[in-house]
Amino acid sequence: MALLTFDTAHKPKQAYASMAILLALMLVFPFVASQFGNSWVRILDMALLYIMLALGLNIVVGFAGLLDLGYIAFFAVGAYLTGLLASPQFAALLESLINYHPELQDAIVATFGEDVRTNGIHLSVWFIVPLAAIMAGIFGALLGAPTLKLRGDYLAIVTLGFGEIIRIFMNNLNDPINFTNGPQGINLIDPIRIFGVSLAGEAGSRATVFIGGFGMPSVNAYYFLFLLLCIVTIFMTSRLQHSRLGRAWVAIREDEIAAKAMGINTRNVKLLAFSMGASFGGVAGAMFASFQGFVSPESFSLTESISVLAMVVLGGIGHIPGVVLGGVLLAALPEVLRHVVEPTQQALFGKVLIEAEVLRQLLYGLALVLIMLNRPAGLWPSPLKEDRPLAATDKDEKEENAAA
Amino acid sequence: MNNLLLNISGVNKRFGGLQALTDVGIQIRPGQIHGLIGPNGAGKTTFFNVITGLYQPDTGTFELAGKPYSPSAPHAVAKAGIARTFQNIRLFGEMTALENVMVGRHVRTRQGVFGAIFRHKAARIEEAAIRTRAQELLDFVGIGQFANRTARYLSYGDQRRLEIARALATEPKLLALDEPAAGMNATEKLALRELLVKIQQEGKTVLLIEHDVKLMMGLCDRISVLEYGKLIAEGLPAEIQKNDAVIKAYLGGAH
Repeated sequence: MALLTFDTAHKPKQAYASMAILLALMLVFPFVASQFGNSWVRILDMALLYIMLALGLNIVVGFAGLLDLGYIAFFAVGAYLTGLLASPQFAALLESLINYHPELQDAIVATFGEDVRTNGIHLSVWFIVPLAAIMAGIFGALLGAPTLKLRGDYLAIVTLGFGEIIRIFMNNLNDPINFTNGPQGINLIDPIRIFGVSLAGEAGSRATVFIGGFGMPSVNAYYFLFLLLCIVTIFMTSRLQHSRLGRAWVAIREDEIAAKAMGINTRNVKLLAFSMGASFGGVAGAMFASFQGFVSPESFSLTESISVLAMVVLGGIGHIPGVVLGGVLLAALPEVLRHVVEPTQQALFGKVLIEAEVLRQLLYGLALVLIMLNRPAGLWPSPLKEDRPLAATDKDEKEENAAA
Repeated sequence: MNNLLLNISGVNKRFGGLQALTDVGIQIRPGQIHGLIGPNGAGKTTFFNVITGLYQPDTGTFELAGKPYSPSAPHAVAKAGIARTFQNIRLFGEMTALENVMVGRHVRTRQGVFGAIFRHKAARIEEAAIRTRAQELLDFVGIGQFANRTARYLSYGDQRRLEIARALATEPKLLALDEPAAGMNATEKLALRELLVKIQQEGKTVLLIEHDVKLMMGLCDRISVLEYGKLIAEGLPAEIQKNDAVIKAYLGGAH
């Protein structure tokens, strides 16, 4: 990591150069990768979504030190919100209303027009993304409120329960009123459409997106959108980190009683951490739903929460570049393995000895154990403050040494 | 009684079957260093925690600078103008010394999420002011050169100083120090004493809990003595030294 540094406060030139190089690589990547098949870009698309999730969770776990094992719930909230408001699902909801509240059904149809009855609601991405952020933020505060006095293990248990509650709700909210379509999930979710360009490609274009005269595969278009969102997330979280608010979060993580005694309203500041973290999850969820075109409760299991947490912890808790690295490795490596392992075994042994899925789980577990043993602070932890004194102090200390 | 900075009376606090504080009060004049002494378990820290909002009192009236304040939550007390340090140092260990003091500015500043993300002009100005003030305070307590050291790795005496700087950053009317000299050697105590005098000269009022009676006698303008949760004496250091009840409390009564 010596060549790449993102420490803008102390080595700005190197940091901005590293960012530029990385960005250039990221921009070129899909064009190279799509030569070998769209699945490689798709893997990166999912990795970018996971990075967004990990960065959001990093606010809660990394900055404020609140262990959240139910984070995927906010991802689910964003995804299901999109499912409800950008698919034919709303028509199913209306249909289920008829037995219970026909007057409500009539009111909704009167408000949105007769079309709702057959086609559901299809809101634009410009509404859905902010709405997903706000809704997930509200859910974040809802989760935060009862857990304000809890710490460590106890907090983890309550958040774990919350995550499961949301998933079970999604699984069962198809009756009496069909919000989520239950275990079958919501299908036919609209692809993202920005300025009239559908990122899934128009019908008959074989999933090619044309911007002007320039065409590229749909996965590439999503890739650029997710990349942009990731950059925005990185920008926002790093600004938050280096602010009055970020300091308050870290202060709560380090010593809650001292933080209170210094005048920090820990209740509000913690709720804000939950809420901010959740809203990034909500946006990622909305993207996920539009990208996949389908959501079901299976995508939001406890395992997902744990793997997002693993990205944060493994990468370097509280350190944004580390969290991004963790996200890339844990989201992309399993998929890469899936692509590489079986062909390699075919070539070497003429048959598949260990299935990719088995090997993936094995390596995943092994990697977690090894990293936690050898690098307990994560793969790329925050640099120790001693390693990077500010220029001014550095000079002072040298003078002191010279005087001595 | 308007010339009192802190006027507290009638504080009772019970923990289950233990009456920790019985009708305790304290009156502190502006600009003074007021000592609170007493044998181990006398209730000094309990009283301190009640004043600063960490424990809820059963009864009591609380007035700071002529205005009633409610010790219902520590952050509200800090906002009202009482800043404290802790008997067992409680710094934000992984933050730098400078960041620790910057956290102390939290209660007197106001930029939120939007200021943080957009860094508009007001936010930049505020952030720069926080940084400047924090560095000034570090210089004031004499550890300015360690601004970028991680707090956890500072020496014990410097950690005490950092805690005082952090408390001063909240612009307190009253600085409340819980055994700041605990665990210090003679040289460090002398330096601490100099610092406290310097703080007093800045016009700050100080409430000080301490075991070291020698240090207290020379430093404090007035002293209150607690024993078994009751106030047994209050007065000038010279009076306290001669007070029978105090001597009995410290040395035992049976002759």
